[in-house]
Amino acid sequence: MEELIQNLKHEIIESLNLEDMTPDQIESDTPLFVEGLGLDSIDALELIVLLEKKYGLKIDTAEEGKKVLYSVRTMAENIIRHRNQ
Amino acid sequence: MSVSLHISNFCLIRNNHVMAGKHLLFTGKEIAFQDFIKEAYQHFKIGYPKFYKMDNLSKLGFMAAELLLKDRDLNRDYGKDGTGIILANAAASLDTDRNYQISINDRNNYFPSPSVFVYTLPNILMGEISIRHHLFGENAFFIQKKFDSLFMVEYVTQLFEKQIVACCITGWVEMDADQYDAVLFLVEKTGQLNDGITIFNVRNIDDIYCLKI
Amino acid sequence: MEKEIRIDIRKLVFVEDVYIVSDNIITNLGFTTEENLDQVVSGHTGIKLMEDERISPEPFYASMIDREELTGRFSMLGNPERYTRFEQLVVCSVHDALLQTKLNLAGRRVLFILSTTKGNVEMLKDNSRTSPENNRLYLWESGEIIRSFFHFTNDTLVVSNACVSGLVAILTGARLIRAGLYDHIIVTGAEILSEFIYSGFSSFKSLSRGPCRPFDKTRDGLSLGEGAGTVILSSRPDLNPEREPVLAGRGFSSNDANHISGPSRTGEGLYIAIQQTLKHYKGKTDYISAHGTATPYNDEMEAVAITRSGLQDVPVNSLKGYWGHTLGAAGVIESVAAVHSIRNRMLIGTKGFLEPGVSQSINVIAQTRSENISNCLKIASGFGGCNAAIMYYR
Repeated sequence: MEELIQNLKHEIIESLNLEDMTPDQIESDTPLFVEGLGLDSIDALELIVLLEKKYGLKIDTAEEGKKVLYSVRTMAENIIRHRNQ
Repeated sequence: MSVSLHISNFCLIRNNHVMAGKHLLFTGKEIAFQDFIKEAYQHFKIGYPKFYKMDNLSKLGFMAAELLLKDRDLNRDYGKDGTGIILANAAASLDTDRNYQISINDRNNYFPSPSVFVYTLPNILMGEISIRHHLFGENAFFIQKKFDSLFMVEYVTQLFEKQIVACCITGWVEMDADQYDAVLFLVEKTGQLNDGITIFNVRNIDDIYCLKI
Repeated sequence: MEKEIRIDIRKLVFVEDVYIVSDNIITNLGFTTEENLDQVVSGHTGIKLMEDERISPEPFYASMIDREELTGRFSMLGNPERYTRFEQLVVCSVHDALLQTKLNLAGRRVLFILSTTKGNVEMLKDNSRTSPENNRLYLWESGEIIRSFFHFTNDTLVVSNACVSGLVAILTGARLIRAGLYDHIIVTGAEILSEFIYSGFSSFKSLSRGPCRPFDKTRDGLSLGEGAGTVILSSRPDLNPEREPVLAGRGFSSNDANHISGPSRTGEGLYIAIQQTLKHYKGKTDYISAHGTATPYNDEMEAVAITRSGLQDVPVNSLKGYWGHTLGAAGVIESVAAVHSIRNRMLIGTKGFLEPGVSQSINVIAQTRSENISNCLKIASGFGGCNAAIMYYR
């Protein structure tokens, strides 16, 4: 889990072009949107692409997206659940 | 109604150089645009993380606007909708279109990127400048084979005459593979460009556009 | 020297009235304005479930022009093997509009303006580097191909301003005539649906599951479309004396200064464009032709801007349910429909709209009906935070 969270932090920085940030600056449990990293709707869509491309996790509805993309930890939890399915 | 218009500032970015208001402000060490523009961003201490999310066309135009409008607040000076942005180029967003196309070339590895797709429109650059400088005024993006100073002067002049704008950012921002070129003019009814007032007309615009840096 | 002379002449000319003397629409619903509007008034839509691997691996809803039919029509005008679908579409639209006027194309006082977001972008496939022979990816080259086809004197002016391109093109044309720089301006907006465009909107999760439903409670996104629209603007009403004159008035294009893809929640940019347009007109606005893409956010934003402008009681429609969203063509196609609505004293119903689904109580036209309107406020918004408004009147 922790390793996956670390990987996700790297991938988030890379896919969202957060150049000035390091993985340590992203809290695992802080909401990614609004507060936290101050991400926006395009970032959310890009994270959906990331999850599908790297982890095969498909998100179809906005409701589902909100839950999965809440924090780095919720992303990791959903990836693990998807793997075990 | 006839108005007399002045070039109150200009900014040129080409050949790894940044020039604004007749002063060479920065010469990059890096040759590739990506590296050069990042170097310039750091040199001028812009501090706007969204810059990294932009495509190359937006980075180029954003940087030119940043230096063109240094120490100016056009929202305060002319009201929120008093400043127009009228831009042109030859390649539209083709530079980013090519990048986006790569993401959909292979049906077995088909992950179209929304953050790339959004930049496959040249006017996104005007959105980026508008957001940064809080400008809500007239917007238009034209595509022309080459920089057309006559059209620019005629179009911008009638915008002032019909009181559609009270101030205007206009120019040419081109990004095509490894070729880039930006020239932006700030046009106002009064203005002082260093050693004197420069009238906004075809000859002066061409002179500035042809400056070799 | 000519540069100086043009500006001198300009000062001698004073034009306010810009007439729309001819027009055309080409979509799935027909190759002329009349064919299209007959279908629209009958309540038919061009949006259909398509299976076309070239555009999407999965079936999709869109309004697309029949390939053979377009080629067939074009072959009466030129050799289809030498022109792309996009170019054929533009030529057919311009040709039909020109047939209806006595316009002399020769001369420096005529300008052609082309509005499109992506032109020949489908040529990018398997061609990520541009080679000299596919200069056609450049929009100015598309403009040059059309100029050369019709032997226009002046270089084509291309407008590429996302989904407000069509309105910006017409606004630009009307302004250039008003400034005394040209007498006649042909404005064509055109868009071909490609995998490029489809996949992008799909990645944005902007596409509707079925045909789009503007302003409706159940709306869930837009339907894409392809098409072309042309208007011929002129300082002279006598180019088409049989028709009641309808004029292109003042307008404004603005920016939300808020976000590059999401519509502003306060509708600020569109509100400004509407205010800047209406300040030139004293009388009441009879009808609003909205952008109405049927994405949840766009329609809500428009409703907010309309209400903030005090126009919530003015009948408003969206025509996206008939032709889908034709991007760079939409502003022109919908302007042609607005011109004919004014001339025919008719309000077109919003296809797909059943139950109000925006937070403001605006007056959405559900069914097509007769009404003695004399003007139309046309509005549009798009990516990049851009908005535009223009007034048409008789």
